Amino acid sequence: MGLLSASNSITRYTVTGQLKKPVLETVAVGLKKNVISEIDDHESEKAVGWTSFEKPYQPDFSGSTYAYGTYLVFALRIDKKTIPSKVVKKHFMIESAQRLADSGRQYLSRNEKQTIKDLVIDRLNIKVPATPNVYDIIWNYEDSVLWFFSNLKAANEELETLFIKSFDLNLIRVIPYTAAHLDSGLTDTEKDLLLKLSPTNFAE
Amino acid sequence: MLDVAVAYNRFKFLGDEFLTWLWFVIEQDPSVLRNADPDLTSFEIGNRIVLEKKHKKAFERITIKGEDAGLEEAKVALKNGALVAELNLVYRSAQQKWQFTLKGESLNLSSLKTPKTAPPESPDEVEGSVLEKIFLYDKILQFLEKLYKTFIKLRTSNRWQSHEISLIKKWLSAKP
Repeated sequence: MGLLSASNSITRYTVTGQLKKPVLETVAVGLKKNVISEIDDHESEKAVGWTSFEKPYQPDFSGSTYAYGTYLVFALRIDKKTIPSKVVKKHFMIESAQRLADSGRQYLSRNEKQTIKDLVIDRLNIKVPATPNVYDIIWNYEDSVLWFFSNLKAANEELETLFIKSFDLNLIRVIPYTAAHLDSGLTDTEKDLLLKLSPTNFAE
Repeated sequence: MLDVAVAYNRFKFLGDEFLTWLWFVIEQDPSVLRNADPDLTSFEIGNRIVLEKKHKKAFERITIKGEDAGLEEAKVALKNGALVAELNLVYRSAQQKWQFTLKGESLNLSSLKTPKTAPPESPDEVEGSVLEKIFLYDKILQFLEKLYKTFIKLRTSNRWQSHEISLIKKWLSAKP
């Protein structure tokens, strides 16, 4: 779901740490370093990387194209190949039968079976195109706030991992505790009280 | 600060209590809402409420859907020890409407519909459209952040135990 879509999901983050100045150059380096790589015609099963908001299938981070006012707008792209298990099974059986015929043996060892399976999956991955999923990001670097347009756990985890790798900054997810501890202006005493809170019973 | 993964489970009850309190202030103390947004026209429960009740190892989940979501039924569940886990909300400010679902345990927003904006018709219009949409997201997120701050200040004060809990219980017990 893109940020311009009619309906969206948002996960909020607080960014901790400071970007090195000049900010736009630092961000450009981080984005280019981990730009999505194409895995079609390649044996890789999955690729995760940054892409452009406006051109998610032709990423271009030249000339601050990702800066909109004080906001940085780009996207996380996760490309994944899915091969039906029955297709893997078919090619595995064919390859196994061929190996047995070539060697004149009746059985394959567990290791040989695993090697054949890996080989079959690699061959199929070269033929299968990856399905891309694009998740938009808005990063207000002045306020250290980032909005990620997905609530999917796996996509959020990929974002958190790639973000620290690219920018050397941590993303802290806004959840009830972090929103209270970091963003609610609590005093140290109130933060101590927060740690001791237990659920309220509203029942009669 | 606690590790986020640990804090998620330890303090998810705070998000559920926030939603329960939000419903209470919507019905009983709208001045709290106006303090968070002076332009506020209205803030109402939308078309979906999810309640969860945990008792020892038992877990019960109740979903109430529809434009006239059965609020009384939901209140009965609250009186019986459930908390609001998800709440669909409709926010109107300066004659514009936002609708979304807020999840207690994560404070994530889903099905967020902002006021309609014109789609960009040329590459030159993209930046303007994005900035307009950012403004609309920011408006609702800031409103929610202010409400959460108000809740957390109250929740960590003596007033929560001495005053607010009894007001919420009274509200739940009141006949419609």
